[in-house]
Amino acid sequence: MVTYILQRLGLALVTIWAISVVSFVIIQLPPGDFVDTYITNLAASGSAVRAEEAQALREQYGLDKPIWVQYWKWISRVATGDFGMSMEWGRPVIEVIGDRLWLTIVISFAAILITWGIALPIGIYSAVRQYSVADYIFTFVGFVGLAVPNFLLALIIMYFGFKLFDLNIGGLFSAEYQIAPWSAGKVWDMMKHLPLPAMILALAGTAQLIRIMRANLLDELRRPYVTTARARGLPEWRVILKYPVRAALNPFASTIGYLLPFVVSGSIVVSLVLSLPTVGPLLLRSLVAQDMFLAGTIVLLLGILTVIGTFLSDLILMWIDPRIRSGMHG
Amino acid sequence: MADPILSVRGLETFFHGDEGIVRAVDGASFDLFPGRTLGIVGESGCGKSVTARSILRIVERPGRVENGSVLLRRADGSTVDLVKLDASSREMREVRGGEIGYVFQEPMSSLSAYHTIGNQLMEAIRLHRTVTKAEARDRAIELLRMVGIPRPEQRVDSYSFELSGGLRQRVMIALSLAAEPRILIADEPTTALDVTTQAQILELIRRIQEERNLAVVLITHDMGVIAEMADAVAVMYLGKVVETGPVDAIFHAPKHPYTQSLLRSIPSVLAQPLSRLATITGSIPHPFARPAGCPFHPRCPSFMPGTCDTGAPGLTRLAPDHEARCFLYDQPRETSA
Ligand SMILES: Nc1ncnc2c1ncn2[C@@H]1O[C@H](COP(=O)(O)OP(=O)(O)OP(=O)(O)O)[C@@H](O)[C@H]1O
Ligand code: SF4
Ligand SMILES: [Mg+2]
Repeated sequence: MVTYILQRLGLALVTIWAISVVSFVIIQLPPGDFVDTYITNLAASGSAVRAEEAQALREQYGLDKPIWVQYWKWISRVATGDFGMSMEWGRPVIEVIGDRLWLTIVISFAAILITWGIALPIGIYSAVRQYSVADYIFTFVGFVGLAVPNFLLALIIMYFGFKLFDLNIGGLFSAEYQIAPWSAGKVWDMMKHLPLPAMILALAGTAQLIRIMRANLLDELRRPYVTTARARGLPEWRVILKYPVRAALNPFASTIGYLLPFVVSGSIVVSLVLSLPTVGPLLLRSLVAQDMFLAGTIVLLLGILTVIGTFLSDLILMWIDPRIRSGMHG
Repeated sequence: MADPILSVRGLETFFHGDEGIVRAVDGASFDLFPGRTLGIVGESGCGKSVTARSILRIVERPGRVENGSVLLRRADGSTVDLVKLDASSREMREVRGGEIGYVFQEPMSSLSAYHTIGNQLMEAIRLHRTVTKAEARDRAIELLRMVGIPRPEQRVDSYSFELSGGLRQRVMIALSLAAEPRILIADEPTTALDVTTQAQILELIRRIQEERNLAVVLITHDMGVIAEMADAVAVMYLGKVVETGPVDAIFHAPKHPYTQSLLRSIPSVLAQPLSRLATITGSIPHPFARPAGCPFHPRCPSFMPGTCDTGAPGLTRLAPDHEARCFLYDQPRETSA
C-alpha cells in the first residue's frame, strides 16, 4: 500500500516536472527573448525601458546562458513563488491571477457536483427503464443539450433573467463586493451568485455523463451477480442501487482528476459571456497579447492542480475499489 | 410417494424480440419431491436456465412467462401458483431465497466484487429473518463452515475475487441456503470448474441435501452428472420436456429418440464398450426457425414422414412415473392441414 502511494507520488512529481518544462517552452515561444517582447510592449504603451533595466532583467533570468541554465533560474524563482511580471498588466503575475485561481476551482467543483447530481440519477433511470418513453425523452433532450453551445445558453438565460426578473446574472459578485477584501459577507454574496453560472457550466457535461452512466449501468445490469441478487429475494430497487450502480460508479472516481482542465478550457467562452472572474478568459487574453509569463504561469498552475487531482482520485479509487486494495496486499 | 413440493405444468416463457418471438420454454412439465434430486438435462440453449428463472419469476425482459403453472407446496401444506403472483410482490420475494435457493452457473461473476462475502451473506440472512447484525454474522460464519470453507472467521471478510472458483461456488451455495429454503435449484453448478472440484461440489450438495431433506433441481448437460446425482430426470429439447422418468428408466430404457441419442453420445455410460461414439446428427435449429410438428424431426433417426412433421406429439404416459413426447407412443391427432 505504501509502495503504491509512493509510486503514485513519484509519478506525480515527474508529471509536474514535465508540465513545468512545457510552461517554460510556452514562455520562450515568441521570437526573440521575452525582454525584447517586454520592451516592445512597453514601447507600444508609450513608456520606454532603460538599457540598464533591460540588461538587469536579462541577467536575472540568465538569458545569455544556455537554455537549461535559463530553465533552472526560472524554476528556482517559481519555487519561491515569484512567477515573473505580466507584461500586459505591468504587475507581478501572481497579483494579476489573484483570487481567480481559487474562484475557478470553486466554480468548477460546483459545476461538477451539479453535473453529477443531475446526470447520475437520470443515467440510472434511463438504463433501468431502457427504451421507455422517459429514456427516449432524456436521450433527445441530451442530444439537444450537446448540440446547443453553452455560451448561447448563457446568453439566453441572461436575457430572460434580465427581461423577466430584472436580474443581472453576470459575474460572481454584486457591485459592492466586486473589489472588496474577503469577508463573510463577500463569501455569502458569492454563494448567492454561484448556482446559475455553475448550472450553465454544468449543463455542458451533463448530456455526455448521462450517456456514460447509462452505458456503464446497462453493461452491469446484464451481469450474473444481478440475477443472483434478485434470486435471493431482494427488492428490485435495492438490487439495482446496491450492486450494479455501485459497480457502474466506480470508473467515475478515476476521472475526478481530469475534470478541472476540462471544465476550465470548456468554459472560457461562457466565462467571458457571464464575465466570471476565472482563469479561463485570462489565459485566452494572455495568449492573444503574448503575455507569456502570465500564460505560462496559468498553464503551470492548472497543470499542477490537475496532477494533484489525479493523485487524489488515485487515492479515492484505492479506497473504494477492493480489487485495487487487495492487489496491493499480495 | 409423497406429494411433490414443486409441480411445473405446461410452463411457457417467450422472449419478444425485434426479430420475432423466441419460445425459450415451450411446455415444460415436471415434479420435484422433498429430499430428491431432479436432473434437467439438454443441449445448450434448450431452455434449462430460462425454466429455472421462470420458476423464480426473474426472467429478464423481453422475456415473459406466458402460460402454465408452477405449484409450490409450502411448509404449512398450502399450495401457491407462482405464475399467478406478481413478480415483484412481497410474497414472490419471500419465495426467492426463502423457499427456493438458486445457484448460478458462473461462480466467477455471480458475486459482487465490491462487497465482502460476509456482507452479501448477512444481507441474505437478514432479508428473511429478523436477527441482529452480530447474530447474522455468526450465522454467516456458520454457513461458510457448513459448505467447507477453511477459516470461515477470516473468509467472511474477504472478497469473492480473493477465492478460487471452487471456493466461490461453495460461497454461492452458502448464499443460496442462507435463509434455509426447502428447494435448491443448481444451474450447472460445476460447469466452470475442474474435474476434482466438480466432484467435491456435487458431494457437498448431496451432503447438504441429506442433512436438510432438500429438494434439488440439478441442471446440467452432462449425463455423467445426472447418473451420479439424480433420482429422476427431465430431458429437454428446444424448450419442451420430451421425456421424464426415474433415472434407471432413463438410462436403461430411454423411450424418446432424443434421449437415446443423448445417451449414445456419451461413451462412459454406454453398456457396449466397443461401440463407436455416436454424435447426434444435425445441429440445433435457430431459435427463430423452430421446425413444425415434432421439433426433433429433422434430426430424428425414427422420423416418420407425414406424421412427425405435421402435428406435435403430446406427452404419453408409459409407466406411472415415465412419460415421453413422441409419436412412437402417441396417436397422431387430426390436423387441419
Ligand atoms: N435475454 C434473452 N433474450 C432473448 N432470448 C433469450 C434470452 N435469454 C435466453 N434466451 C433464449 O432462450 C433460449 C434458452 O436459453 P437458456 O439460457 O435457458 O438455455 P440453457 O438450456 O440454459 O443453455 P446452456 O446450457 O447454454 O446454459 C435460448 O435459445 C436463448 O436464445
Ligand atoms: S415424434 Fe417423430 S420425429 Fe419426433 S421424436 Fe418421435 S419419432 Fe422422432
Ligand atoms: Mg443455462
